[in-house]
Amino acid sequence: MQDMQIDDIVGDYEEINQSLSDGSSRKVLVTQQETDFPAGCLVVSQTDINGTITAANESFVTMSGYSLDEIIGSPHALLRHPDMPAAAFADLWQTLQAGNKWYGYVKNLRKDGGFYWVYATAIPNIREGVVQGYTSVRREPSKTKIEECKKLYREMLN
Amino acid sequence: MTYNLAVSPDFKPDLLSGWFIFNTWLQHQLDTGIHFEIHQGFDEQLEAIDADKVDIIYANPYDISRLVRDKGFIPVAKPHAKPDEAIVVTAAEGGINVIPDLDVSATIAKTHARDVDNIGMILLEPADITPQSAQTLECDTYICVAKALINGKADVGFMLTEAFNELSPLVAKQLKPLVSSQIQLIHHAILLGPQLAEHHDALAAFLTDMHNTEKGKKILDDLGISHWEPMDKEEAEFMIDLMDTLAPKE
Ligand SMILES: Cc1cc2nc3c(=O)[nH]c(=O)nc-3n(C[C@H](O)[C@H](O)[C@H](O)COP(=O)(O)O)c2cc1C
Repeated sequence: MQDMQIDDIVGDYEEINQSLSDGSSRKVLVTQQETDFPAGCLVVSQTDINGTITAANESFVTMSGYSLDEIIGSPHALLRHPDMPAAAFADLWQTLQAGNKWYGYVKNLRKDGGFYWVYATAIPNIREGVVQGYTSVRREPSKTKIEECKKLYREMLN
Repeated sequence: MTYNLAVSPDFKPDLLSGWFIFNTWLQHQLDTGIHFEIHQGFDEQLEAIDADKVDIIYANPYDISRLVRDKGFIPVAKPHAKPDEAIVVTAAEGGINVIPDLDVSATIAKTHARDVDNIGMILLEPADITPQSAQTLECDTYICVAKALINGKADVGFMLTEAFNELSPLVAKQLKPLVSSQIQLIHHAILLGPQLAEHHDALAAFLTDMHNTEKGKKILDDLGISHWEPMDKEEAEFMIDLMDTLAPKE
């Protein structure tokens, strides 16, 4: 995946070399700027079986900072924030591949280097018994749950 | 053979005559007898669907799931730029101003429109409210939800945003919207029962051309629809997946 571009970043940033589960790595530029979830915003995306985004709604564009053209065809790891433990996504993939619904709190990375927390649900899309892809909806999380998650994820990363 | 047309019971009563006229237009186009069956509430309509008493339907997103997946209905057309969104409403003078003001055991007035219901529950998540923690007051219609709020029988209510916007000013001014969803991708649609499958292409052609005729345009104007767009099976499947994703945690 393409490295993040300095020109896109807003504010002071830290440069981190992120390793992805497929063995590749990506340079991400991370700021401490949090974007609040606009009330009522539901961020929707659909992926193929490999996690490549095939559809996204307007709220996805608003929250991620990427244009729809940049989003469609990109791996979902486009939003991967270095503060997220790899184990959380391993759990997501395991759950989905077993045909089950996954729920979790995720810190996502924006194109401008900032972040936003979400509560996400993802499901496998089954057509005639075969998994064809995945659908996910993210929304404003409960603040108390986020505080618990921040602690948990920090421990998981150490 | 006379077929039955049903319309999701979330339109305002003023539109009733509009749907009657739509039905007359439909009979002319398809050259077959169609009876417009009015269902008083979501439950009554679900029963009719279960009893296979619906042949053509303008269905809400949740019913679309059931009709396409379980009953073999075929999507025909959707209204242009009319996404379905849910709104969480409270009494104007009730003292609740934002979602976090709500207690986890808040009483929710809601209908059996499961799409609106599921999105509404998601909008309450920031206050840690779950279907298990909340109390519910079941209502037949959105008007009944509005009344429950005004009478102080519930803390918040779920409505289709469009239905809320269509409330009479007298009712609307006694209510206060707290949050409205922005999901953009789900909408009502016209579906055809499998027994009418042979009429699919003709009906799709008639509907998508409807706004180009003077008479058709007038009917659409009265229904608040600019024009119909074709809708295929894959779009319905996408919406069904989305509805599954929105369903509450078991
Ligand atoms: C439907 C679906 C939605 C996903 N949403 C996100 C997301 O919002 N943020 C994210 O970092 N990863 C998301 N992922 C997981 C990514 O595909 C990826 O596994 C993760 O970012 C970790 O990257 P890596 O697996 O390349 O190491 C999603 C996956 C699926 C199937």
